[in-house]
Amino acid sequence: MFPPLPNPTTVLVRPRFDERDMIRRSASTVTPPAQRQAPVAKLIDISKCIGCKACQAACLEWNDLHEEVGVNTGVYDNPHDLTANSFTLMRFTEWINPETQNLEWLIRKDGCMHCETPGCLEACPAPGAIVQYSNGIVDFVPENCIGCGNCIKGCPFNIPRISKVDSRAYKCTLCSDRVAIGQGPACAKACPTQAIVFGTQEEMKQHAAGRIADLKSRGYQSAGLYDPPGVGGTHVMYVLQHADKPSIYAGLPDNPRISPLISIWKGVARYAGPAAMAATVALGFIHHLISGANLVSAADEAQAKKLTEGTE
Amino acid sequence: MPAQEIHPGEPVTVDRYTLGARLNHWITAISLIVLALSGLAMFNPGLFFLTALFGGGQNTRVIHPWIGVVLFFSFLGLFLRFWRFNLWRRQDGIWLARVRDVISGQDENLPEIGKYNAGQKLVFWAMAFLIVVLILSGVVIWDQYFYLFTTIDQKRIAILVHAIAAILAICVWILHVYAAIWVRGTIRGMVRGSVTGGWAWRHHRKWLRELVGRNGGPTRPTKPAE
Repeated sequence: MFPPLPNPTTVLVRPRFDERDMIRRSASTVTPPAQRQAPVAKLIDISKCIGCKACQAACLEWNDLHEEVGVNTGVYDNPHDLTANSFTLMRFTEWINPETQNLEWLIRKDGCMHCETPGCLEACPAPGAIVQYSNGIVDFVPENCIGCGNCIKGCPFNIPRISKVDSRAYKCTLCSDRVAIGQGPACAKACPTQAIVFGTQEEMKQHAAGRIADLKSRGYQSAGLYDPPGVGGTHVMYVLQHADKPSIYAGLPDNPRISPLISIWKGVARYAGPAAMAATVALGFIHHLISGANLVSAADEAQAKKLTEGTE
Repeated sequence: MPAQEIHPGEPVTVDRYTLGARLNHWITAISLIVLALSGLAMFNPGLFFLTALFGGGQNTRVIHPWIGVVLFFSFLGLFLRFWRFNLWRRQDGIWLARVRDVISGQDENLPEIGKYNAGQKLVFWAMAFLIVVLILSGVVIWDQYFYLFTTIDQKRIAILVHAIAAILAICVWILHVYAAIWVRGTIRGMVRGSVTGGWAWRHHRKWLRELVGRNGGPTRPTKPAE
């Protein structure tokens, strides 16, 4: 078992990272810090999850969020999707394993994956609305958010949500405020089965390797770690019993990557668009320099006079 | 008797745009400029400072689509006013084929042109097409009201299409403004509503002949234009 997160001390602790540790900032360039924090990660072991939703409750509690009372439509998912208030959500899938004919109840804790190459940040047009720290946490800064929803289009996992109340984007922060003072995310703290554990990325990968070996020894031959390379790896990783088909886990993308449409859009925004407009203006200037104004001559006026007076 | 639109004098002046058409044009123009500035602010990080013109990023994001609606209906007004004059005619092909003479300002080598030349017609139809593309793609990414109607993949296509159409529209707009500046005497047509007879003779002779012919003509009946 991975050691549980320690309880906080009563002593005031200075934050271990702040804006000086940014390695990426939306719509701006930052000088990466000389000294990098050790990359952190959250590991979610789906095989150990009992679907109790303590993580969801802890997330609402810590972040002081209030989800609306919903309606039961016959499934366990509650709420039915991520919202601006629910940064995390247990997604329940009943899956019949074609090899064993066993019904498997796959429960995936959905939420921000904290991609190493974050699509939300790439697509964001507002300076400083999305930042990435050197420990890998991708955080939204609502004060800088303009509510355009580009982060939703950039995200390969369909995670960010725009609040109907203040029109700003919200998602899991990996409890950056807790992590900054040496604590782990609230969901990991609350998990009763250690299905959610938190530590350095290295520790998590080691722990996952042990878990995968255990699952394989128990017949889950395709057990594996979900750390998709298409987004440079993620700082939230899953241990999957069936890592060869992630999409059975409530549509977890098999091979997530930033949509090429978003990459092209960014290319148009940064380079092609401004270049085309500047070239058109330059064309006008050069043309005017070479050919000068197209002037109406006195002869033209005289001809017009003749025509209109009928003496042409 | 002289035609209603033609006012004798030194120089002769010819009415080109009614007050309604001019107001319609300038509402469209102002909308387009506001849209370009607010759109570019949310498009290129280097231009984000332009959001200050609209009271910050959130306000920019809110007003941009509404101005788009204004532009759409305003341009629709222009379209209904002018589409007939922008239908393609035989002389437009000749005009385009002699584009070298157009660029070098040698209007004397060009065929006689009606109210609009081929360049103006291309601007008109390009804008009409791009504005339809912009409003349609714009609605798809107007998340505040239409988020639920499309998938994220459709929104990704829409945001790219919107960006490309907007860049093209701005380029067409730059050409439109440049042409109005280059061909001296054009801007007064859209400001004061009238142009000089010489301007009409030089650039839109067929239109001038039609005006002379339509309203009773000069002292003697004119032969039909070409």
